[in-house]
Amino acid sequence: MKPFRQYSGIAAPLMRDNVDTDAIIPSREMKQVAKTGLADGMFADWRYLYKGTRRCGPNPAFILNQPGFEDSSILLAGNNFGCGSSREHAVWALAEYGMRAIIAPGFGSIFFNNCIHNGILPIVLERAVVDRLAEQVRSAPTKNRIQIDLETQQVLTPDGTCHDFTIAPLARAMLLQGISAIDMTLQHREAIAQFKAADSKRRSWAYL
Amino acid sequence: MSASLFDKIWDAHLIRQFDDGSSLLYLDRVFFHERTGSIALASIHEDGHQVANPAHVFATMDHILDTFPGRDDHTQIPNGQQFILTTRKQAHLAGVTLFDINDPRQGISHVVSPEQGIALPGCTLVCPDSHTCTLGGLGTLAWGIGSSDCEHALATETLRVKKPRQMRVVFDGTPAAGVSAKDMILHLISRYGTSGGSGYMIEFTGSAIAALPVEARLTLCNMAVEFSAFSGIIAPDDATISYLKDKLYSPKEARWEEAMAYWKTLYTEPAARFDKEITINCRKIHPTVTWGTSPQHAITLHERIPDPAHCTEAEGRAIKRALDYMGLKAGASIRGTPIDAAFIGSCTNSRLSDLRVAASILKGRKVAAGVKAICVPGSSQVKQLAEAEGLDSIFLDAGFEWRESGCSMCFYAGGESFGEGQRVITSTNRNFENRQGKGTRSHLASPAIVAASALSGYITDIAEP
Ligand code: SF4
Repeated sequence: MKPFRQYSGIAAPLMRDNVDTDAIIPSREMKQVAKTGLADGMFADWRYLYKGTRRCGPNPAFILNQPGFEDSSILLAGNNFGCGSSREHAVWALAEYGMRAIIAPGFGSIFFNNCIHNGILPIVLERAVVDRLAEQVRSAPTKNRIQIDLETQQVLTPDGTCHDFTIAPLARAMLLQGISAIDMTLQHREAIAQFKAADSKRRSWAYL
Repeated sequence: MSASLFDKIWDAHLIRQFDDGSSLLYLDRVFFHERTGSIALASIHEDGHQVANPAHVFATMDHILDTFPGRDDHTQIPNGQQFILTTRKQAHLAGVTLFDINDPRQGISHVVSPEQGIALPGCTLVCPDSHTCTLGGLGTLAWGIGSSDCEHALATETLRVKKPRQMRVVFDGTPAAGVSAKDMILHLISRYGTSGGSGYMIEFTGSAIAALPVEARLTLCNMAVEFSAFSGIIAPDDATISYLKDKLYSPKEARWEEAMAYWKTLYTEPAARFDKEITINCRKIHPTVTWGTSPQHAITLHERIPDPAHCTEAEGRAIKRALDYMGLKAGASIRGTPIDAAFIGSCTNSRLSDLRVAASILKGRKVAAGVKAICVPGSSQVKQLAEAEGLDSIFLDAGFEWRESGCSMCFYAGGESFGEGQRVITSTNRNFENRQGKGTRSHLASPAIVAASALSGYITDIAEP
């Protein structure tokens, strides 16, 4: 996992509310028993044109296909982004495509955690702020880059304003260091073993 | 004492509390399926970890395999077979119990874990699938997780989680005859929106909940995630206890007695305080169906499809978009909308009681001409029990397909879908765009409404002719 400290990139506005994980990666695009090979299917229903069920080229109306937005690595999104199915493929697809951060007024909770596990920084900012950011990047996507500093927990916008965001310390630590949650937990091996020893007496019926 | 049901279960599983507000919780069970779990299992092995306690880990095949009679490892999902083979191989390597194709215990994970006694009241259970909240219907603290958390759960028997805020939803009064658990939950979501429960652990309670049979409680809790809840839960009672008695993995003998004694302590103390409370008057609930592309787009069969002109601008835009996708007109009546297909299945509504309700409506009648009707029992056990009481012939005689169990066309399992522009009345839980096939138009409803609509050829709760 790539550590995340400071980052600056092109941001693409996708301001619809309730974009669910089925839309981020449709089921039929999840072809491998692997975390890779998914970027191509990201937003497939919107990103491509179809003849029947066959793709016939990019959909020019979709934001990531529009001039200036091709190399976006930050998403500006509407409320409740990543709601719906818990499929982590949605995040793998975004990560593989090259998305490093998503800024939205709110996220689906499973999706939010999945982002952190995969090195994508989910940032919650007020709706009005995200709308303003969207406006700024729309006018000049490649020039109006957005800067993110996870160390100071700030988003710096093209017009020079600065927005603080909050993120749970554990999530922040994992992202900054790029380390896995399993290794962090296994440092508490002893405590887990002690808990189980007592619990298997207290609730023996729950143990198989 | 002022502990809620949720507090009690949480505290009993708390290993350690961290300064950042998160807690390390012990997990009693981990369940996974071949679509998301196989990757998690493969990936922990790659990272050099092991499954911490294989005896507490269960897996099933439901999402990738198809539901055609005589099925095998092949499916129309591109590379689907690979998921099935990997799951089998990884489950075997890890020593976890797998309900494989052709195993009589196979089925949709959230149908299997109650019926096999894997999910128990007062236990924690996680599964890399968002509808894991279904199991709250038994009093299990169960929630859906992503694959990374699943890896964590498998490798450590724990998860590090922040305790969610708590909400109580009281379903008060006695609903009218013909009002099902599906109508109750759709009613709640339509009133408070799909983000109404966002981040909350929800306890469903009230006289109408106490009166629900266990399978209906599972239906209700199934859709807690469509309300954006962390999860939902219902206090176990005598109905729960008799439901679980003698299930394959339920505790037996002395342990059963101990378990029962413990389960009787699992209720919310009168002094408990919730962060939010909602009370629903059940007399106000009527048979409900969705018209749009979100579970909150639900109305009763007497209501008209909303008109974007009568809403705020943002709402109007969302409604208009949904109407375009659904091919419906603002202000039109939902009752009488012609359908192309009818689907009974999914972890929401495919248990024996659901099939019985549908069969009682279908008995001796025929599906309307031109309607493709499919019934997919939620598990191989449900299918077998249904066949033992002759329900399969009722469905088949009426013109329904009778399938093997699995997720099927709840989304795309087996690579099957309904097709562009097809309008489906469906007993499932998600009516998102393209959920049941590219361009497919889904209307969520109870099995009774699905059956009545299949016979009539249009959306209705009264079977005609
Ligand atoms: S039946 Fe549908 S909602 Fe339930 S687990 Fe399967 S795909 Fe998910």
